[in-house]
Amino acid sequence: MVYVIIKELSPSADEVIIVTSSLMKDMTSKTDMYRANAIRVLCQITDGTLLTQIERYLKQAIVDKNPVVASAALVSGIHLLQTNPEIVKRWSNEVQEAVQSRAALVQFHALALLHQIRQNDRLAVNKLVSSLTRGSVRSPLAQCLLIRYTSQVIRESASNTQTGDRPFYDFLEGCLRHKAEMVIFEAARAITELNGVTSRELTPAITVLQLFLSSTKPVLRFAAVRTLNKVAMTHPIAVTNCNIDMESLISDQNRSIATLAITTLLKTGNESSVDRLMKQITTFMSDIADEFKIVVIEAIRSLCLKFPLKHRSLMNFLSNILREEGGFEYKKAIVDSIVILIRDIPEAKESGLLHLCEFIEDCEFTYLSTQILHFLGIEGPKTSDPSKYIRYIYNRVHLENATVRAGAVSTLAKFGAMVDSLKPRIFVLLRRCLFDTDDEVRDRATLYLNTLGADGAVEDMKEFLFGSLDIPLEPSEESFDINSVPKEVKIQPLAEKKAPGKKPTGLGGPPPSPPSTIDAYEKLLSSIPEFANFGKLFKSSAPVELTEAETEYAVNVVKHIFDGHVVFQYNCTNTIPEQLLENVTVIVDASEAEEFAEVASKPLRSLPYDSPGQTFVAFEKPEGVPAVGKFSNMLRFIVKEVDPSTGEAEDDGVEDEYQLEELEVVAADYMLKVGVSNFRNAWESMVPDCERVDEYDLGPRENLAEAVNAVINLLGMQPCEGTEVVPSNSRSHTCLLSGVYIGNVKVLVRLQFGIDGPKDVAMKLAVRSEDEAVS
Amino acid sequence: ESCPSIKNILLLDSEGNRVAVKYYSDEWPNNSVKEAFEKSLFTKTQKTNARTEAEIAMFESHIIVYKFVQDLHFFVTGAENENELILVTVLQGFFDAVGLLLRGTVDKKEALENLDLILLCLDEIVDGGIILETDANVIAGKVASHSIDAAAALSEQTISQALATAREHLARSLLK
Repeated sequence: MVYVIIKELSPSADEVIIVTSSLMKDMTSKTDMYRANAIRVLCQITDGTLLTQIERYLKQAIVDKNPVVASAALVSGIHLLQTNPEIVKRWSNEVQEAVQSRAALVQFHALALLHQIRQNDRLAVNKLVSSLTRGSVRSPLAQCLLIRYTSQVIRESASNTQTGDRPFYDFLEGCLRHKAEMVIFEAARAITELNGVTSRELTPAITVLQLFLSSTKPVLRFAAVRTLNKVAMTHPIAVTNCNIDMESLISDQNRSIATLAITTLLKTGNESSVDRLMKQITTFMSDIADEFKIVVIEAIRSLCLKFPLKHRSLMNFLSNILREEGGFEYKKAIVDSIVILIRDIPEAKESGLLHLCEFIEDCEFTYLSTQILHFLGIEGPKTSDPSKYIRYIYNRVHLENATVRAGAVSTLAKFGAMVDSLKPRIFVLLRRCLFDTDDEVRDRATLYLNTLGADGAVEDMKEFLFGSLDIPLEPSEESFDINSVPKEVKIQPLAEKKAPGKKPTGLGGPPPSPPSTIDAYEKLLSSIPEFANFGKLFKSSAPVELTEAETEYAVNVVKHIFDGHVVFQYNCTNTIPEQLLENVTVIVDASEAEEFAEVASKPLRSLPYDSPGQTFVAFEKPEGVPAVGKFSNMLRFIVKEVDPSTGEAEDDGVEDEYQLEELEVVAADYMLKVGVSNFRNAWESMVPDCERVDEYDLGPRENLAEAVNAVINLLGMQPCEGTEVVPSNSRSHTCLLSGVYIGNVKVLVRLQFGIDGPKDVAMKLAVRSEDEAVS
Repeated sequence: ESCPSIKNILLLDSEGNRVAVKYYSDEWPNNSVKEAFEKSLFTKTQKTNARTEAEIAMFESHIIVYKFVQDLHFFVTGAENENELILVTVLQGFFDAVGLLLRGTVDKKEALENLDLILLCLDEIVDGGIILETDANVIAGKVASHSIDAAAALSEQTISQALATAREHLARSLLK
């Protein structure tokens, strides 16, 4: 008993010399219990120096005949490994001997300690595991440990498992038939958690888990359902056999088990079982607590996204439960799910919006009401009959608190701005809001009335009212000048929005799919007024470097091809911290490109250190003709010295020029890479008289793959059906390419390559397109 | 890959108050946090019936297995990804060992009177989170050999055992 008290108090070693000396005497006493407990206490209160003194006794204790003493020493060793690893590592011989011990738990503890000691040495762990899987392991706990170490070994040797079974898989499978349930379960769990496990490997594990599902012990049922839930996320088909057992678990006494069963069924269900599941879930929802309900809602959401045709019944279910009692988090989860469904399933939009409107009539959470009103403002005007929603929104203006009223006013104004036919009615409603008691509501109503009522510059107005104002105003000494607010939208915010957003965020978050680069370029170019009337962007090339790496100014160019124009976007980065560049332009010499005429150039006002900026030059070219040419470029700017400590620039600067590399516009730039899934069909469907065939000799090349890649890059078309991969050592190869040429002409190319003895490559090119001239 | 580890073992009464507890993890840094945990755990499991079979629940990202008998509630807590069956084995070992030590009458009064036995029992099952022993007989044997030790001084025994020893001596002297 005294030992327990000492352990609780855990004094530091230098305070209690007396205690430690008597404990040390106890360690060598005849009574085993005293020895064991003394060891445990000493190891807890000891420090490094004392440890070296008692090390001899500890080593003896590990291989002691009495299992209690041995276990005590080993467990203390495991704890000491955290603080004094070098000392404990010296005991590995004794520990190794203990692993062979016949006492069950000594083996368990010794195995744990040995693994901890050797855990960084992969080979040693491997040896340990192989020797024990063949030997005999006496206690179920040790067996469980061994299973865990085995799966660790499998995971680390995962790189070379192309052939057949993994190592030790048979051992794991054998454990599925062990006597002790904990071993069976541990083995099943280990199998399901293997990397890249196949259905064949999973089957025995799942069969065992299925048996557990119908056990009388709640713990077994829980363990099995939880593991099956995890498996269902990656291999839903493998779990479908257990569906029947899981359905009976829905009414289980233990609510955790029931929730897990339902969520698993939702993941593995197919379309026909969805209706049946919905019925069962409705009765079930009233029984469970809020946190479980949120889990179920999320499962229902993913189910609806998987089966969009079922949206009606699932949407009805969601709106029904929205009406019932529930906490804020729960209702927010439901609203988020409905919003995501509306966004992703267009047919569900009308019913979804109506459900949301009915909800805000009763909603007690201001936050949710305002979010829904905001969302209505975005989606409502796009529907076929927006006037339906106006009644709901206007009711909010009368009946709710100030925050909701303000939100409702904004929404009404959005409807008015987007839908011209409703404008007069909206004005009437907004005028009534001018008499509201709250300041914010009156302010907003006045603002909207004045701006929407005025004529002209409608686009700008909308952007100003409803767009997001990116750059916050900074407090400054000078009076505010509206012209100084930059009109260009920086590219950075777009890039940031792409990164997070893996999980759909429902209301108010960025749109679920990241904008593709083409869209980003389109937005950027159309936001620049000079380029806005060039028409639709046909293709943007990948960035081409115009400077070498590690130079003072890094510049790359992106070529944007329009129908009648070409725009070069130069992305410049200043890598010199002591310089600030202003008025950056690119002088392009187009003397070698006769068909091009420079139309516009947009300079970059300022380029500070390490923040990339863009400058543009636009050329006009004859429409429809794929003109080619070479352009030489020079970067011209005013350079100002910057004091690195303060970051301020001097007032006067020097004009300077910097030569860049040349730029070529080639035929490949006019070709969009568009894949075709069935090349053969497309080839047949094209008329043979638009076909041109030619043979070329490509000269000596390293190998066939290099020749194929070079031709693909030259033509700028998309390889189909995996034909760009050339098997090594092949003498000939056929490559299929497809693309869309400017003017929206589909082109298909069939290339046949052959390689001769002295690495001479010959190529036969057959082109088919919709337009003969293009071929 | 680590050794299966236990986060805490709790023995509460039928109102949720402590009888004997031992924590092996730093997740509950001070006493008020521990008591709050015990209270909320108790309210969550109060309505379930864990008398015939051990029950299981997930709570605050831990796994808890528990069993009730008379007016005592036994709880064992483990990490989220722990093997639940190992936790149940520990729970069963603790439960049965207490049953053996209290000679069959497992209720709050007996437990409080033999608190030292229960604390020793807790100490012998898990050491710093690592499982020492799961067989109830072995645990009870270890605890019993601790307390009923003829060589131990009289002051180290509990009152009841001192009385028992005294009674024995008295009986022997009377018989002489």
